[in-house]
Order: sequence, then structure tokens, then C-alpha cells
Amino acid sequence: MSDPRWIAAFAQVPGLAAQHVLLAAAALGLALFISLPLALAARRRPRLRATALAAAGLVQTIPGLALLALFYPLLLALSALLGGGVPALGFLPSLLALTVYAVLPILRNALAALAGLDPAVLQAADGMGMTAAQKLRLVEAPLAAPVAMAGVRTAAVWTIGTATLATTVGQPSLGNLIFAGLQTENWVLVVAGCVAAAGLALAADGLLALIERGLAARRRLPLWLGLAGIAFGLAGAALPLAPRGDRPTITVGAKNFSEQFILARVIGARLERAGYRVRYSEGLGSGVAWRALGQGDIDVYVDYSGTLWANAMGRRDTPPAARMNEEIGRWAWTTAGVTVLGSLGFENAYALAMRGDRARALGIASMADLARAAPQLTLGADLEFLDRPEWAAIRSAYRLRFAATRAYAPSFMYRALASGQADVISAFSSDGRIAADGLIVLADPAHAVPAYDALLLVGHRAGGDPAIRAALGPLIGAIPVARMRTANYLVDRDADKKSPAEAAGWLLPE
Amino acid sequence: MDIAIEGLTHSYGGHAALVDVSLRIAGGSFVALVGASGSGKSTLLRAINGLVRPDAGIVRVGGRDVTAEEPARLRRSIGYVFQNIGLFPHMSVAENIAIGPRLSGRSVDVAAMLRLVGLPEDYGTRRPAELSGGEQQRVGVARALATEARLVLLDEPFGALDPVTRDALGRAYRALHDRLGLTSVMVTHDMAEALLLADRVLVMAAGRIVADATPAGMLAGEAGPEAAALVAVPARQAAALAALAR
Repeated sequence: MSDPRWIAAFAQVPGLAAQHVLLAAAALGLALFISLPLALAARRRPRLRATALAAAGLVQTIPGLALLALFYPLLLALSALLGGGVPALGFLPSLLALTVYAVLPILRNALAALAGLDPAVLQAADGMGMTAAQKLRLVEAPLAAPVAMAGVRTAAVWTIGTATLATTVGQPSLGNLIFAGLQTENWVLVVAGCVAAAGLALAADGLLALIERGLAARRRLPLWLGLAGIAFGLAGAALPLAPRGDRPTITVGAKNFSEQFILARVIGARLERAGYRVRYSEGLGSGVAWRALGQGDIDVYVDYSGTLWANAMGRRDTPPAARMNEEIGRWAWTTAGVTVLGSLGFENAYALAMRGDRARALGIASMADLARAAPQLTLGADLEFLDRPEWAAIRSAYRLRFAATRAYAPSFMYRALASGQADVISAFSSDGRIAADGLIVLADPAHAVPAYDALLLVGHRAGGDPAIRAALGPLIGAIPVARMRTANYLVDRDADKKSPAEAAGWLLPE
Repeated sequence: MDIAIEGLTHSYGGHAALVDVSLRIAGGSFVALVGASGSGKSTLLRAINGLVRPDAGIVRVGGRDVTAEEPARLRRSIGYVFQNIGLFPHMSVAENIAIGPRLSGRSVDVAAMLRLVGLPEDYGTRRPAELSGGEQQRVGVARALATEARLVLLDEPFGALDPVTRDALGRAYRALHDRLGLTSVMVTHDMAEALLLADRVLVMAAGRIVADATPAGMLAGEAGPEAAALVAVPARQAAALAALAR
């Protein structure tokens, strides 16, 4: 474990674990706040009971990732309805999704606990002259608590596990390590994230078990030990929230592939050097990242001119790169208050690539050549490509008809090409694996797809801060495509992998 | 503490549990309510402390109309002992005994209450589950009396106990009744128990009081044919036992 990669991975754990703990605890607290009164209200109302349990059960059938994803458009719509101001990314959607997820186990166990109370004891409570409130406080709550606690424990373990998915909606959590590790095939990061999340879940379960035992046996010591442990953990997690320094925290966004992780660290390193505190919101979907910047959920990230042009702006023409960037700059400022600081100096174009030997054997050098052989070939694409207008443009420009198409996470797509599962893949021109794997990029003689300059985008809040512009200005034009390819390869290669932060250090040594 | 009941009527989902019952119980008496299951005897008992809200009729305890009173407050002044005991399992014996006074913001001498029902004082720290059934019901009686109640309602109080314990506890309670000058109303399905403990036996059938007599009057057949049929069983058993002993 003295391996520097392990040290680097576990060095990220405390900060992320703190955010993870606060998110999970807030969700669990809110779920308790909803479930316990609901259980009390529903226990003598069979119809409310059935409705509440069915609704909570239905929520459970939605996969956690989908539930998080659903809250994004929901909150966007709510924000639009209220005239803005509701954050659609980050803490709020994560909190809401995890809360509704945690309601079922708490509600179900609380109802079971109340239903399981000895009728003789309740009759005695009435016979002794207890009011409904006294009966609840003196008899029902203490007797139901141990069974109800079992539900709280289940909910805690689920919530801590599911909170790793909050990464996908821009809320930092231990999932950052897992998702970054999965995208860059850096298994050290994945293991670090899993071990930390599992450790947290075990610790929370153990502390709640102490409380449960204290309640069941009516013994003070385990009860106080459990409560003190939880208070200690929460205080430790909340400590980094205390304001430090006078510089604001800047949130750097990244989409879900290696180059984005590396560039986010490059940007973050420059901002930290300028005295800012930096948070990373990594693994965002392409459309999500752009909207997050406009909403102020993130402050800065890198996007590609062709992506903005085709997706956000809905343009189908393909003008020269310089004119395109100029139009994007104007459009971004007027529609979203976003400043385009400039191009980093390289292009990451959507392209089609093949193994060199296979392309030569089939006599394919361009997309025009590909059209002929495509009906016998399988296209492997990344998760977004098949839905993107670029693919529609290429397909119609060259009349491409493949035998089959399959979607992969970017890292796995190259594996599929190497193993022959796919014959042609959607590739990125700055990808380090193109040179390393001996791939050839098919030419686009008809100019079906636009340019994809890497543009440094700054949101409204950060764009108004001259110190941020000064800190990030030197990045403009500073990264040629060859250096970016090499940096990407440091992270993506199978042997001696570097973390995105290490690759960022290599990319901009100072 | 006198009880006066007038025109009490109650039904559960179409089944008539009480039909126009009127009754006076003198303070200091020990009344047994006897009858088959579903005869209405428990409903009548529970109407006295407001656990059942009757459809019609009036119950007066010591001159106060209890149907007009807030039920929780009313019950604090009336002792209640029932078959399933219902001690609070999460509280110690002492906490169980003190719960009634605690609800009214008062305290109680738990040791004295334990002595009163014939239990060792050190039982106060135990959990109910550590006690035998008979000991638990003694705690139940102590809990009912701790509120300084003058009226005690007993719903099959000794029904779940073995015969020896049942006999001992019955006689112990009767002694307490006399010593403290209580008014006691006890529901039982056991005519022998009623005859041996009570001053007055009421027989109920189909929601009505069908017989009302002293134990001696019951045995003499003064209370009518239904009562005579119920009394015949223990009388015949007693005669048979006496014959065996001869």
C-alpha cells in the first residue's frame, strides 16, 4: 500500500467521505422526518397505509441512478416555474432522490413495529388514563423503537451505498472515485471508493446497532455510545464546511471521460495556485454540463465547439472553425451569461476510426470508402454518439448502413475494437489510444461534421472575477493536440496508469 | 363511591351488547358480573370508565356523569385490572406501579404498595417478565390501587392464573377491598368465584341483567331459572366433593 497510486487515491477519500456523510445523513434525517409521522398517521387508516407503502415501494423499483436523473429535469422545470433560483444539480437533487429512497424501509418497519405492539399493553395504557400523546411517548414509542430502528439501519446502509451515484448529478461523493476510476480504468480509484463507501456503511450500521441494542435492552451505555459516535462522525464531516480564507470556492465541472477529468485538474490546479478553494463536479453528461454552467451549479469547464454548435445551438451548418468560435462566444454570452475564454489549442473531433490492418485490408481510408463495406461491419459507439446530430450528419452524407451498432462506455469501446467485437468505432481525435493502438482516423472529405475546438468556458459568477480570468488566461492556446493525446494516454493505458491529477501535473509542469 | 346507570344501550356493528340496562351499585360493595361470552358484561364494565362510549344512557360515578367527562382524566381516578394484566414490559415493577400517580403529577410509596399486595419490596427493580403470572397480577392490582382509586373495575382479573394462585389472589383482593373500603366491580364467567368473593351477583344474558341477588339468595334459587342453572353447577360440584371427603 506504499504504492503512490494508492496513497494518491486514498488522499482524496477524507474530503469526499465528508461530503458523502453529510449528504447521506441529511437524506436519512429528512426521510425520518417524513416517515415517522406518516407511520403514525397511517397505522389506523388502512387506505393511507396501503397508499403510502405502495408509493414508497414504487419509488424503490426505480433504479437509483434513474431516480437521480429524473430529479434533474424535475428541478429544472420547478426552477423555471419559480423564475429560477432552484439548483437542479448537486446537493438538492441528490438529497431528494436519496430521501424518497430511504422512506420505504423506515416506514415499513415503523408500521410493523406499531402493529406488533401487545394489545394488552395498549389496553392497560388506556385503562390507566393515558392521553393519546402520553401513550405514544411512554408506551408506544419506547416499545416500537427497537423494531423501527432495524428499518433505519437498512435505510442508512442503502443511502450510503446509493449516495455514490450522486456524483452523476454533480454532487461530490465517494462515487467520484468510483466513476473516475471506471472511466479511466483506474481500478485503484474504484477500489478506494468502494472500500471507503463500504467502511462508512459498516460504521453507520454498527453505531445504529448500538443505539438499537440500547433501546431494546433499555441500557444507557450503548445508546449514548451510538449517539456519540454518530455526532462525532457528523461533526467531523461538517468541519470542512467552516469558512476558511476569504477566497470563494470555485466548482470545476467535467464530463465523463479521461480528457475532461485531466483538464478539470489542470484548471483546478491553476485556480488553487491563485488562492481559490476548488470543488470538482465530475462525470456530468454532455448536455447537463452546459446547463449546469448556465445555472451556476458549476463555474468553469471545457466543452467542444462542435458539441455546443450542434447540440446546444441546434446548428446544422459547418462553417470554418474561427467563425464558428466567434458565433459561439456571442451566443453563449447573450443566452447564458457564459464567457468563452478561448480555445485550449487542440481539437477533439468526433471521428470514425478503424484498426490500421483491417482498414488496409478492406481498402478504407475515408468515410466515403467506408460506405461500401459498412453493411458487413459492426459500429461500436460511445453512449452519446448514436443520438448525436454529428452521427446523423455523417450517416446521411455518406449513406452509411452498418450490419449492427453497439454502444459502449468510451474505455470499453477501444477494447471492443481491439477484440474484433466492433470493426469501426466513434473515436475522438485527441485520444491517446489512436496512436498507441495503431488506429487510423477516417477522413471526412464531405465536411459532414463541424470543428471541435476545446473551449474554456466560464460561468456568470466566475466570469466577472478578473482574478479567475487572469489565472486561467495562460491556458488559452497552451495545449497542442500531441500533448493532450499523451496526457490522455497516461490515464487510459493499461499498464502504469496515472491518475487524472498526475496527468494534469505532467501536462502543465511549472 | 356509588354508581348509577340508567338506560345504557350499546351495540357493535348490529350486535346489541347492552339493551337498556339500569343499575345502582352502592359504595363499598363488591359486585360480580357473571354471564356467558358476549352477554355484555365486559361492555357494561368498560362503559363505567369510558373505555366504551355507550350509544345511549347515562353512567354516574359518585354523582358525576362520566359520559360527559374527558375519558383519560376519568380513568386516572378509577382502578382497572384485567385478565391480560398488561404490565408495561419496558418499565420496572416500581415504574409500573408509579405510572398512574405520575400521569397526575404525583408520587407514590412503591414499597408500601408492594407490601399491600404481598410482594417483597426488592421486586421494585425487576422487569415484569422476571415475575410469575400471579406475581404480575399482584403488581397489576398494586398499579390500579396506586392512584388512590376508591372504585376498582376488574375484568376477569384472575382468569389466566392456575387454580391455586387464582384462589389465593382472589381472597387477597377481597381482603384489600374490605380493608381499604373499596367499591369493586368484577367481571367473571366463573360462578363459584363470584359467589365466594362478591356481596352481590348480577347475571347477564343478551345485553340485559337477568338476575340480581346476594350469593345466599342465588343459592336459595331466589334469582330465577337462568341464575339457578348457573348456580347448580358449582353447588353440585361442592356436594360431590363433600361426599368424596366423607
